[in-house]
Amino acid sequence: MTRPLLIENARVLDPASGTDQKGAILIENGRISDIALGGPVGVPDGAEVVNAGGLALAPGLVDMRVFTGEPGWEYRETLASAGQAAAAGGITSFVMMPDTMPAVDDGAVVDFLVRRAKATAKVNVLPAGGITKGLAGKDLTEFGLMREAGAVCLTDGRNSIQSTALLRTAMSYAANYDMTIVHHVADAGLIGEGVMNEGLFATVLGLKGVPREAETIPLARDLQLAALTGVRYHAAQISTEGSVEIVASAKKRNPRITAGVSINNLCLNENDIGRYRTYFKLGTPLRTEADRQAIIEGLRAGAIDTIHSDHDPQDSEVKRQPFAEASNGAIGLETLLAAALRLVHSGDVPLLSVLKAMTYRPAQILGLESGRIAKGAPADLILVDLDYPWQVNENQLRSRSRNTSFEGARLAGKVMRTIVGGETVFLHED
Amino acid sequence: MADMPASTSGDFPPFRQRHLISIADLKQPEIIELLDRAERMVPVSRQERKSLPTLSGKTQINLFFEPSTRTQSSFEIAGKRLGALVVNMSVKSSSVSKGETLIDTAATLNAMRPDVLVVRHSAAGAVELLSQKVGCSVVNAGDGAHEHPTQALLDALTIRRHKGRINGLTVAICGDIANSRVARSNLLLLGALHVRTRVIAPRNLLPAGIEHLATEVFTDMEAGLKDVDVVMMLRLQHERASGKMIPSVREYYRFYGLDAERLAHAKPDAIVMHPGPMNRGVEIDPAIADSARSVITDQVEMGVAVRMAVLDALLSGEQA
Repeated sequence: MTRPLLIENARVLDPASGTDQKGAILIENGRISDIALGGPVGVPDGAEVVNAGGLALAPGLVDMRVFTGEPGWEYRETLASAGQAAAAGGITSFVMMPDTMPAVDDGAVVDFLVRRAKATAKVNVLPAGGITKGLAGKDLTEFGLMREAGAVCLTDGRNSIQSTALLRTAMSYAANYDMTIVHHVADAGLIGEGVMNEGLFATVLGLKGVPREAETIPLARDLQLAALTGVRYHAAQISTEGSVEIVASAKKRNPRITAGVSINNLCLNENDIGRYRTYFKLGTPLRTEADRQAIIEGLRAGAIDTIHSDHDPQDSEVKRQPFAEASNGAIGLETLLAAALRLVHSGDVPLLSVLKAMTYRPAQILGLESGRIAKGAPADLILVDLDYPWQVNENQLRSRSRNTSFEGARLAGKVMRTIVGGETVFLHED
Repeated sequence: MADMPASTSGDFPPFRQRHLISIADLKQPEIIELLDRAERMVPVSRQERKSLPTLSGKTQINLFFEPSTRTQSSFEIAGKRLGALVVNMSVKSSSVSKGETLIDTAATLNAMRPDVLVVRHSAAGAVELLSQKVGCSVVNAGDGAHEHPTQALLDALTIRRHKGRINGLTVAICGDIANSRVARSNLLLLGALHVRTRVIAPRNLLPAGIEHLATEVFTDMEAGLKDVDVVMMLRLQHERASGKMIPSVREYYRFYGLDAERLAHAKPDAIVMHPGPMNRGVEIDPAIADSARSVITDQVEMGVAVRMAVLDALLSGEQA
């Protein structure tokens, strides 16, 4: 057994209990064994002591939407490289989307990923199982066997199930195993050849638009099916003002509904595309500033539960293309926390609310013990300098891909130490 | 306007743009300057010896990812009349999908040290992307539904020569606005010159936010054409649109085709334009296309003059 670790002189931030107080935390055997708030702390024999120097100590982040390239596209990202990027970004657990080659649609692939992640990744990699075979939206996968192998939720990743009947069956079967369905809401027909938000800006660029209704219509459908089947349902990522209203209204009747937002839709809008900048071409398109403000309000009011990175590594070959032909996606593991802290620094959302959306809420939705600072909880923790200024430089990121939507951005807030299961997996070096 | 003796760009200050990608990049004086420069080029093509030596020793590559005989020949003739060495490259989209990316193609051609690339591509923004990767001037000969700047310039020159002015006119653009780069470039250019613009189309063919780009939006042809000075018809991509965006060609022609009866709503001296190639009987009555009101062949002639002016302006300016 490793030595006990005492972190003292920290600003303990625990969104689950609403704690924001000076204190110390003792870690033993990979778990939090004691929490001392305010008062003096005894140092157990042989303990390693870390003086946090007043830095924030928070639960490690739980990122609900991360794409990797392993297996199949290892040149884009491996579990190891994603793990390093996650550790540097303060993400101690992430849900790995099933969009790999082969797709994660079978218990054996889930089992492979669990073992492979344990061997190579510095953080907890939580596989999501596909809802349909090959994520093709046709035949259901073996939910029960994938759950046994370690799948934490069910999703078709980037794909959205178009058949209402199939989705109903999937939801009632998932309810049977009490598994959460995480669904990307997108009406393929309405999207058509659309590549960015529909509106004047798309028209001026000569690009085909994606109407907001391509999201709100399937979302409304999904929420009705969720009520019908009783499944635990999480709208993977919403982007429009209308979606926030739909979710808020459905939540009043159905407490098993939750919704997430990508950091991109929270911090950026369609104007960031500028003149065809493909790093801002995303599967859930950047919308207008009014939509972004509605998303922020939704987060504040509780309509939106979680914030995730939507980390989606793509190489320059598929990104340095004309906008309509370029692949969707942007990386985000290392920038998630600092970008989310923009909302705190701007005074839009309180610190604990922002942290909660990236720790306690996703952990609750996934049924994890982590995401909180509590006695007995896994020691997945981060020490953060909330005001540390830095500028994003794509060449210094740890991901194997460079497609960051925050290139050159000036951010405040950096992870100084990341601890997973009591082990320090990342230390900031100045 | 009386033909003037051929003159080179010496009378104009150096043109400050390196590329011509978008009308949106041009300020009003630059637009007017290009029209004035093109005016000087018109007589060159009407002389017996149709040449000026201004681009002698320069290399122009016409890189067309999307076939277009008309535009490509127009740029080729323009370059050759200015003495440039002109090379045509038609890149079939299949060879691109075989793995060579747009960027690869750009790097390859750049290594041949051309002075100007004239590029057409089916994707909006492709020409802009390519211009970032090469060391020479780039002219956009049409990128997806984004822009076709030389078309807007040649349309403006045609209007100015027929009407004696552009300011104060009302111009109607009719048809498939949603998919038209010609409409976008024209709306930007005419907007910059404070011309009243109208777009006329069924709702299905009007893109989102068009009311911010045109002065007025009409879905009724007769109402939209009332008292206009210029009628610009657009080509309907009926192979693609039929059954999807519109039910049929016959219904489209019935409500949005330009015939004599509809044209009677415009001013008596209104001119009719079309960027070509025309679908006779789809968006326009052949009798109108061939009538004295039609300035369609003038547009083709002005196309060469405008392209000569653009090449000359970009290549004889002080290059960084």
